Amino acid sequence: MADFLHQNLSYFLSGISVGGQYALIAIGYTMVYGILRLINFAHGDVFMCAGLIMVYLSSSLPFAVSVPLVLIFTVLLGFIIERVAYRPLRSAPRMSVMISAIGVSYLLQNAALYFTGGLAKVYPALPWLSDSVVIWGATTRVVTIVTPFLTAALVVLLTLLIKHTKIGMAMRAVSRDFETSQLMGIRINRVISITFMIGSLLAAVASLLYFTNYASVTPTSGSMPGLKAFVAAVFGGIGSIPGAVIGAFIIGICENIIKGGSSIFGIPGSGWTTFSDAFTFAFLIIILIVKPTGLFGEKAVDKV
Amino acid sequence: MKFRIISVSSMRIWGLLKMFEIKGLSVNYGGIEAVRDISFSVEEGTIVTLIGANGAGKSTTLRTIAGLVKPRTGKIEFMGEDITGKDPAYIVGKGITLVPEGRKIFPDLTVLENLKIGAYLRKDNIEEDIDWVYSLFPRLRERSWQYGGTLSGGEQQMLAVGRALMSRPKIMMMDEPSLGLAPLVVRDIFSIIRKISREGVTILLVEQNANMALQVADVGYVMETGRITLTGKGSELLVNDAVKKAYLGK
Ligand SMILES: Nc1ncnc2c1ncn2[C@@H]1O[C@H](COP(=O)(O)OP(=O)(O)OP(=O)(O)O)[C@@H](O)[C@H]1O
Ligand SMILES: [Mg+2]
Repeated sequence: MADFLHQNLSYFLSGISVGGQYALIAIGYTMVYGILRLINFAHGDVFMCAGLIMVYLSSSLPFAVSVPLVLIFTVLLGFIIERVAYRPLRSAPRMSVMISAIGVSYLLQNAALYFTGGLAKVYPALPWLSDSVVIWGATTRVVTIVTPFLTAALVVLLTLLIKHTKIGMAMRAVSRDFETSQLMGIRINRVISITFMIGSLLAAVASLLYFTNYASVTPTSGSMPGLKAFVAAVFGGIGSIPGAVIGAFIIGICENIIKGGSSIFGIPGSGWTTFSDAFTFAFLIIILIVKPTGLFGEKAVDKV
Repeated sequence: MKFRIISVSSMRIWGLLKMFEIKGLSVNYGGIEAVRDISFSVEEGTIVTLIGANGAGKSTTLRTIAGLVKPRTGKIEFMGEDITGKDPAYIVGKGITLVPEGRKIFPDLTVLENLKIGAYLRKDNIEEDIDWVYSLFPRLRERSWQYGGTLSGGEQQMLAVGRALMSRPKIMMMDEPSLGLAPLVVRDIFSIIRKISREGVTILLVEQNANMALQVADVGYVMETGRITLTGKGSELLVNDAVKKAYLGK
């Protein structure tokens, strides 16, 4: 057993790490869904933009400045998207808002294509995070080890915010009932803005961790992690934060176990890596057939 | 809890205090005229009731005052200020609160959180008010940590009233507080309404239970298909033949 773990440690490590990155993105999907019943298709692209912003800022600024700026600009981007593309449609049918979200997604990708000229941009090597470490014989980067801990810490902070602060209470109220929240004096637009800003902040943190591992950013870099984070949110029961986090870790770990299939299951073949995404999704579908509302999902509570 | 202690009754005699004035209010939903050119006023410290059949436009009137619905025409004045078309948060801040039809407790907030959220706009200390609400409704104190959704209908109505009081309202609007409650609980609710009124909170009460409502009310208005058709003292309307026939089932 110890031997087996030892041999395949790198797969488990990267599974936990990428799972943490998906989790940070997935929280943005699930929170926005919780409050607006909207699947924010642009969220993965906000994540990609955070990556590009880092590429451009770090070329002329020291990391101590560019990292905080990336967080700020991404939060601003999330705020502006909600303000411009979703708020005017507040009383429109949900389908229209969804189409608006798809539009924003393409706008961000097109803008990225315009600025990068379609070339993959090399992501800067962040000090410390991209250093190599050897853990129990497996070589990996510091970021792999840091990600799960940072994710856990941020999730705890977010949970405290939602459970124990006034704004958190307002978020819970607004996600249940717009009108009654308004009767309490809550300005729902403000609460919705804050929700988008928190989601974007976490996506920006995820981008720092993710792109440090992947080393380059393209205009479509947000699609796959965005999609997986979205699936994680659905898998965990969309609207539930713990669900999204656990779902994301399960996806990240599954994906990497399948990638390591030839050594973990002892069945040789070159298809393991190629098909890892398909297998991961197939696995999720099976679980969703058994439990349609996801791991932590409530019975479909639709807004009246 | 300290409300105003100026002598409301003496000012009422002189007709000085029209706390609340609705002038020519009309509200449309799409093509439907739900409220048609109604005017009425509420004097400070009184209990005023609005009775009428289903669909008469009572809820619409209250929701418009609360700022949830924008009127087509007309004016809403509160203590001399025009508050027509202002957003709900502004209106709550002015001291106008609505206990909505169907109670609308937040089911996944605890009883205590439901009370706290009622005081959302307040920046001062609310401990005293929580205590006051708990003394009005001792059953809520026992259930402080229970989720709102797990309360009985009567308890939810008490919580809805308590939550509204947490904003320290000058006027509390209540939309059918007796709906779906057992007669004994209805009596409790109405005695609480009297008690709150004695504490100096003005009350605008919408009810299907015309009998109970007119008994507590100083002034009553009867609404029919969007219009106010009859006005009088509560005690007068109770013995009015038309009201008796239509709303009191006598
Ligand atoms: N959101 C809405 N959209 C369209 N029409 C509405 C809406 N709300 C109410 N109406 C209509 O407006 C009219 C007045 O409704 P309102 O709810 O004010 O009546 P009510 O006097 O409170 O009745 P009840 O005693 O049954 O609660 C009704 O004809 C109703 O169908
Ligand atoms: Mg009604």
